[in-house]
Formats: sequence, C-alpha cells, structure tokens
Amino acid sequence: MKILVPSKRVPDPDQRIRIAASGHAIEKDDLPFVLNPFDAISIEEALRIRDENRAGEDEGEVVVVGIGGAAYEKELRTAMAMGADRALLVECETAPDPWNVARILQAVVEREQPALVLMGKQAVDDDSNQVGQFLAALLDWPQATFASKIEFDAGRVRVTRETDMGIETVSMELPAVITADLRLNEPRYASLPAIMKAKRKPVDRIDCADLGIAIEPRVRILEMEPLVSKRTCVQVSSGTELLARLRDEVGVL
Amino acid sequence: MRILVVLEHDERGLRLASRCALTLAREAAACSDGELELLVMGYEIGFVAQEAAAYAPVYCADLPGLQHCTADRAAKVIADAARDCGAGLVMGASTSWGKDCVGRAGGLLGGAMATDVTACAMRDGILAWRRAMFAGGVGAWIALEGDPLIVTVLPSAFDPAEPGGEAGEVTQMEVEEATLPNQIRFESAGTKSGGRPDVTEAAIVVSGGRAIRNSDDYERLIGGLADQMGAGTGSSRALVDAGITPNELQVGQTGKIVAPDLYLAIGISGAVQHLAGMKNSKVVAAINSDPEAPIFEFADYGLVGDAYEIIPELIATLSDDG
Ligand SMILES: Cc1cc2nc3c(=O)[nH]c(=O)nc-3n(C[C@H](O)[C@H](O)[C@H](O)COP(=O)(O)OP(=O)(O)OC[C@H]3O[C@@H](n4cnc5c(N)ncnc54)[C@H](O)[C@@H]3O)c2cc1C
Repeated sequence: MKILVPSKRVPDPDQRIRIAASGHAIEKDDLPFVLNPFDAISIEEALRIRDENRAGEDEGEVVVVGIGGAAYEKELRTAMAMGADRALLVECETAPDPWNVARILQAVVEREQPALVLMGKQAVDDDSNQVGQFLAALLDWPQATFASKIEFDAGRVRVTRETDMGIETVSMELPAVITADLRLNEPRYASLPAIMKAKRKPVDRIDCADLGIAIEPRVRILEMEPLVSKRTCVQVSSGTELLARLRDEVGVL
Repeated sequence: MRILVVLEHDERGLRLASRCALTLAREAAACSDGELELLVMGYEIGFVAQEAAAYAPVYCADLPGLQHCTADRAAKVIADAARDCGAGLVMGASTSWGKDCVGRAGGLLGGAMATDVTACAMRDGILAWRRAMFAGGVGAWIALEGDPLIVTVLPSAFDPAEPGGEAGEVTQMEVEEATLPNQIRFESAGTKSGGRPDVTEAAIVVSGGRAIRNSDDYERLIGGLADQMGAGTGSSRALVDAGITPNELQVGQTGKIVAPDLYLAIGISGAVQHLAGMKNSKVVAAINSDPEAPIFEFADYGLVGDAYEIIPELIATLSDDG
C-alpha cells in the first residue's frame, strides 16, 4: 500500500517566538526548525503500517511530502532517515495557508495515487487544524481525524478517534485521509548511519506552478502581539492560607 | 450578511460550547450588521430545535441517517444549508466535532477559515478575527478572504449566550437520506471516564503535572482535592504521555483549552504549550516545589512546596469545613 505523508517544518516548539518589526510575521533568523511533531507521529505510523504489513499487502511505500523552500530538504532527509522510501518537495516561495496547502496536496495525491494520506492533526505553528479536513473534502475521500489507533480489516480501515466525549471508532473504505493525534505512537529517532544514508537519497522537486496551482490566499495576518502575563503572583506560605485567600479575596471556593 | 451558526447537542440539549459560540456569533452580527440563522442536525431532535429557536431562526435536519453524524454527512448538510441560506459567514464551536465537521465543510466552501477564534472586530472596514498561534506565544488578528467565511469559536473565551434577541421559527431542512454520503461508518463510542465535571465546563479545575507519580496518587491527590471542591480534573501532557491520565484530561495547545473561575496547577512547570490551555482562567493558583517554575509568572497565587505534603493538608482542611 502506498501511504502519502504530508509534512510541515515548524519552529522548534522549545524556542521562544519573537515577532518581526513588521508586526505581521515572526522573526525567523536563527530560529531552529523541526518536523512538526504530529507529522513525525504520522511518519512513524506509516512506517509501522508498511513494516508490519498491517494492510495485508506485500508492497508498501511511504512517500513524504514537504511544501516550501530549499531549506526544507533537511527535514525531508530526517523523514527518510526514519525510514520513508521517498521524499517530494513542492517548491513554493511563500508559506501557503491551509486552503492552499490542501490544494497543493490534492494535486500531489492525483499524481501519486496513494491509498492512504496520513498526516498530523495540526501544525504547531499556526495551530489551524484544517488541512486534513480540507484535503478529504477536496478529494471527496472519507476522513478520520484525531486518530489514536489504525487497523485494517477486509479492505477497510478502522480508526479509533480521540474526541471531547472520549473514544470513538469509525471505519472507512480506502482511499482515505487520517489525521494523527498524540497517542498514536511515539516516533523513533533516526540512527546516525540512517542519517548518513539518507543524505544520498534523492529528494524529488516540483514547482508549485508545475502542479497547476496558483496560490489563492485565504488568510491575511493583520497584526501579531507577543504573549505577556497580566498577573502578579502573590506568594502564600501554607495550604490553609491559600484556601482562605481563594475564598475571601476571590470568592472562588 | 447572513450568519449560519452550526450548533451541537447531546441528549440533554444544546451543548454549552455551542452557546459560547453563539456569544461570538452575536458580536459578529452586531459589528457586521448580520442576521443569525442556526443549524441543528441529528435524529429525533425536535426538542433541540425548540431550544435553539429561543435564540434565532433554526434550520433543522432531522433524519435517521444523521443520528451518529459522521464528518462526510455533517459537512454536506452544513455546506448545503450555507448555500441555501446564502450565508456569508458560517460559525461553529471549536470542539472535536466542530474541528472535524465544520472543518470539512470549510473545504467544501472554499477554505476561508479560522479556527479557535477568541474575538472579532471591524478593522478598516473588514471583519477581523483574533486567534492564538505558536502555542499561544502569539496573539494574531487576521482577515479572511473568500465567501463564505468559516469560523470556529474557542468556547472557553466566551460566556454561554442566553436566549433572547430575534427568537425564531424552526424550518425543517429537506435532506434526502439517499443523497447523504456513505463514506464513513460510525462503529462505536466509548463513554467518558469518571463522574466529575468535564474539564472544559467545570467552574474549578484541579490539574496535575509530572510531580504526580502514578495513577493511584493522581486519583487520591488530584481527584480527592477536586471532589472536595466540586471541581473537574485536568492534567499536563507529561501525565498523559506517562499513561497516568486519559487524553481527554490534557490541557494545553494540543489538548483542551479551558478558562474556569479557578485553575489550580499542581506540580506543573508552566511550559508554553500548557499555558496555551489555561492562561485565560479567571484565577490561577499554582503549587510547585521549584520557586523558579515559570507557572508562577502566570499565576495569581503561588505556594512553594511539596504537593505530596500540601494536598493531603488541603483535602483535610476542606473536609473538616464541609
Ligand atoms: C508540540 C507539542 C505540544 C505540546 N502540547 C502540550 C499540551 O497540550 N499540554 C501540555 O501540558 N503540554 C504539552 N506539551 C509538553 C510541554 O512542552 C511540557 O513538556 C509539559 O507541559 C510538561 O508537563 P509538566 O509541567 O507536568 O512536567 P514538567 O515540565 O516536568 O514539570 C513538573 C513540575 O513539577 C514540579 N514538581 C516536581 N515534584 C514536585 C512535588 N513533589 N511537589 C510540587 N511540585 C513538584 C517541578 O518543579 C516542575 O515544575 C507539548 C509539547 C510539544 C512539543
């Protein structure tokens, strides 16, 4: 089974984000980037489906897609070092918004014809949580978002989903789109030899325009403000004092 | 402008999250000269439609095929209703259902979408939306370009709307069972663990972090304190990853976003990803053994000490009082 794993490179979540002087973007100089953590989970799951032959087909291929500039090669090679068979870089100058990412991915899916698209439920930079749903709608494929377990059964895929109400199970015919939640797995680290080997693997490149896509912007950032705490912390010296203050000063107990 | 608001329900009626979304919908209507129309869907939901009609006119899609409303079907009904009523703006709550189904509808309606919106305003003649990015490290005002606009609302940023304003009639939507998509099959839904208030709806949330060593301790200390306070329980990702708490209790960027009257953070360091889920709580109190823990910067009250000593003390004091 061919599995397509779309990915995004995002600022390292452990780094402090600074806003650029323009006020419309973040300061990207010197900011380390990593694969979006949810995409690493998706790659891991795709590798396991392939290697465990979970779908009951002998031929398995995991293709990772990135959308961006030349710098993206690093993260795509990380994906190949984890074990992905191929990587495809869709070259695009500006970072497209979720709608345009979904349109680009739709064109990639039409070329690659995967049986499954497995991707992160959200990118931890803009936190939009939209692309998987948009892509499924554009392709008119079934979708299962927020997956914590993926099983195959007689040509169908059964997905356990994390919802506000607890766990839900749905099943779908393939092809389908699945978005990964945290508990799906714990992604592996690439070994050093694998990283060296991945350096020699080719990254296919294709220009966004060659896919027939002209970007149609949907989201425009007007202004960005940094997070600041508006609280001042009163230190209390005992549990009893804490309870008394919560009761008397703020009336929350 | 017509504003179509997609409402969710459970067996008791409208979900609180949807009433919170209605609050922003009313603000959007006020600043864009808009009119609200509501959409409810499901099976045998006449009582939900009646309840919703106390807020605005209601479209009701009520048929067996919508009982366990999967995303393929829900998105089609939402997109059809939006086109039928000529909506310029489609809104819903940023719940897991809303992200799944309103998100897919967004894909059918051209993708001019914002999720987890916390405010709206007219800026230079255009409707602007506020939302957090980068785990809440950045607050952004954005404009959407397209028609219709699709917005999901962060429920914890708003008080639930009360009935009133343009109360309306219920119109049954003509949906043919046979035309509904059949791509996703609902198989089963588990029930939520525990009888405590939901973390997103509780007035008080007692939340535990890595300081808590195992699930017995979590239940005894965090659960025990929550029960004394009539509170819901929450946790950091560290405990979810360790298998100590279930996923639906995770507060943060990739979990639930909550804003209770009191958030009590116990043994939680205050990583940005956690702050993203609780920093809008009305009052934050933190208990942590490390006086330098970043959580204190985002707390109104701080107590430095060992959770294993302090919590039993709190539980004892509260149970004596009660
Ligand atoms: C992409 C991404 C998404 C994430 N999403 C989330 C999310 O949604 N929610 C979330 O919570 N995290 C999230 N995280 C993880 C986050 O970065 C932190 O790792 C996590 O919040 C840490 O949890 P913690 O505060 O419980 O643990 P720690 O950071 O280990 O802190 C434990 C705290 O307990 C204190 N302590 C230890 N023992 C005691 C004691 N006996 N008594 C009192 N205090 C004690 C310590 O001083 C310390 O401050 C995410 C991370 C990434 C990369």
